[in-house]
Amino acid sequence: MLDIIVSVLTRTIVAGTPLLLATVGEIITERSGILNLGMEGLMATGAVTGFIVTFITGSPWLGMLAAILVGALLSMLHGFVCIGLRANQVVSGLALTMLGLGLSGLWGKPYIGRPLENRMGHLYIPGLSDIPILGDVFLNHDWYVYLAVLIGLLAMFALKHTKAGIILRSVGENPKAAESQGIPVNRVKYIAVAIGGALAGMAGSFLSTAYSGSWNEGMTAGRGWIVIALTIFALWQPSGAFLGAYLFGGIFVLQYMLQPLGISPNILAMLPYVATLLVLLIYGLSASGQRRMNAPATLGEPYVRGER
Amino acid sequence: MMKSVPLEKTLRRTQHLEMRGISKSFLDVKANQDINLSIKSGEILGLLGENGAGKTTLMNILYGLYHPDEGEILINGSPVQLRSPKDSMRAGIGMIHQHFMLVQKHSVLENIALGYDDAPFFFPHRHLRSKILELSAQYGLEVDPDKPIWELSAGEQQRVEIVKALSRNADVLIMDEPTSVLTPQEAEELFGILKTMCADGHSVILISHKLDEIMELCNRVMVLRKGQLTGEAAIEDVDKGKLAEMMIGRQIANAYPKAHCQPGEAILEIQDLDVDSDRGLPAVRHLSLKVRKNEILGIAGVSGNGQQELVETITGLRKGLSGKVLMKGKPLNHADARRAHALGITHVPEERIKYGIVPNLLLYENSVLKRHRDTPFSSWIKMNYGVIKDHAGHLVDGFQVDAPSINVKVKNLSGGNIQKLILGREISAGPDLLIAAHPTYGLDVGATEYVRKQIIELRDQGGAVLLVSEDLDELFMVCDRIAVMFEGRFMGEVIPQDCSIEEIGLMMAGSTPTEVLTHAD
Repeated sequence: MLDIIVSVLTRTIVAGTPLLLATVGEIITERSGILNLGMEGLMATGAVTGFIVTFITGSPWLGMLAAILVGALLSMLHGFVCIGLRANQVVSGLALTMLGLGLSGLWGKPYIGRPLENRMGHLYIPGLSDIPILGDVFLNHDWYVYLAVLIGLLAMFALKHTKAGIILRSVGENPKAAESQGIPVNRVKYIAVAIGGALAGMAGSFLSTAYSGSWNEGMTAGRGWIVIALTIFALWQPSGAFLGAYLFGGIFVLQYMLQPLGISPNILAMLPYVATLLVLLIYGLSASGQRRMNAPATLGEPYVRGER
Repeated sequence: MMKSVPLEKTLRRTQHLEMRGISKSFLDVKANQDINLSIKSGEILGLLGENGAGKTTLMNILYGLYHPDEGEILINGSPVQLRSPKDSMRAGIGMIHQHFMLVQKHSVLENIALGYDDAPFFFPHRHLRSKILELSAQYGLEVDPDKPIWELSAGEQQRVEIVKALSRNADVLIMDEPTSVLTPQEAEELFGILKTMCADGHSVILISHKLDEIMELCNRVMVLRKGQLTGEAAIEDVDKGKLAEMMIGRQIANAYPKAHCQPGEAILEIQDLDVDSDRGLPAVRHLSLKVRKNEILGIAGVSGNGQQELVETITGLRKGLSGKVLMKGKPLNHADARRAHALGITHVPEERIKYGIVPNLLLYENSVLKRHRDTPFSSWIKMNYGVIKDHAGHLVDGFQVDAPSINVKVKNLSGGNIQKLILGREISAGPDLLIAAHPTYGLDVGATEYVRKQIIELRDQGGAVLLVSEDLDELFMVCDRIAVMFEGRFMGEVIPQDCSIEEIGLMMAGSTPTEVLTHAD
């Protein structure tokens, strides 16, 4: 029994990692006022890029780097359409998902089913990683797991306690006020979108180079959409992203474990979305709840500079 | 880059600021023409003018938000380039906009830290706290650094804006109609703070159209009209009457010819109406009026004195609190826009693009808005496009709408042509009462004249018209009677032929006719 619990917890942390990375990315993007529904496509492109580069060079670190770059670059397309051209962010985001899924399928065709020789290595801390139970659950993972935690903590700290955080939040809340204080609003938005894209790409490369060690079309399996839901569930706070990512990571794991007990995996797969609706409902019911919900005030609205 | 702001700026304060020969146009509208302005340390300069006179444009240029087409800005005698608000802040200029530039959800500290150059990257709040408290104590600006903005009153938010400007070493503070959101007590406190600041060597440019305020606070006053500087004086040399004259003073234009007809029975009658604004403050207070057949009643006054709320109440867009609105004897209280239309009221709205048309629909579709459900334009669920297109054709011909065809999207027409189309639509409905709000705002000379003549034509043929405008020329040229609105009330009513500009200007500034009379003596 203990074995099972340890195994579930360990796998929960692994399954939550891509969700955590991408959700932190989406939170940063949305905090600047830009909604990016293209996460699924960005993750898929990151996954295939990470796989191909790792396959060819033999270095999962180079794979990660390439996925980050491609994610950031591809998200700039969304950035340009939404910020530069001030087009509809929902339409552009959906298009980005289609594009990303298509591109990943195209690029990945020759690599389907081929196993990766060098996966991302585990971080082994002598002594600590050997602690029974605790060491297994928390301290015997690949680098992605720890990087994700680090990035999440950094985002938490930066949003609250740094000038960059204040600027980012202000741009999403009241771009006119930011502009009047000499903040280059559009540049901040571009940077936020690029960071979101980079983290989505990184989450994708985790899936192909650490989690499964192979590439398959559609291997992101809707995680990009869970990320969108998680961003709301987290109330646009990185701390909430931790909670949500590991919670829904756990659901991912349980989907398969509970199947023999007669619980349909479909019901569990639905849970992230139901939970998000519940959060919206609970917080939406009262005025003070709406304020605490903390959605960036200008989320999804194009910003026109110097409008009279 | 900034070529000439002296590096030692932080040590040397802005003693003297000068704008020379500033001109700025938006498309073909000249917002500022060859304006000179100067202000010295310790001075409070009043910038007076009607809405659209170019005050805010001029100040946005000084704050680096707009770039002048011509002219230069000098600080302590040396020219500077102000390309962005950041440049202006470095040059010691701070601006407090009429609508506060604050992030509602963030704390006072976070708002002040935003864009604050000297704050450290990590933990910027901590660094600023002592500075804020210091400034608060020095100028009597009480603010709680940790409170979120949405919990603060308008007066407190304004203090945050002032602290924000001061924390950036603003020596010249631009304030755009600072008292428009304040209670009288808060306004008094503000004046006290501004006086303390000036005693300390700061200077203030106060944009206002409240004459009392200018008289009480300023050392000097400059008057803008239609983008041009039309007067400048030390405050000792003027009084309220003189100021009003400078603000609007010009030869009263000749009225358009009108048919001589006796006003008939009352079409619209309002008794003791009270209406609240969106913010829940009283906008219209105990107001009564009557508009009769064959008559144009003008409503003069500076924008924001309840005109908009009054118009919205009559046209069914807003609910009044108490009082009676009678249209040909029938009560109109709590009516919706459709019922108002059915009772014979048509409306040329203030924001014509937003409320007057559907920009993405075609011209002929727009030509029957509000009447689309009436015969002959439709029968049951079927639109009679033949009839509608004929109607649109008649409007285009009859009201001189310059459009390539009736099959174009209305958003592609010019402002003047959109307005002619709206006016045509509203007049062709054969209204008993036409309500026109700022009908010629932003139109060129030709279109303006055309619109005014059409309004008179409607009156000559038996219609009643309520004309809300800030353009006194227009009111004098068109109206049979003019009521002056101030803070939700009518200060008095005049007949254009025997009334002086001074009289009406003082009423616009909040004096009652009796005060006006003693003043004129």
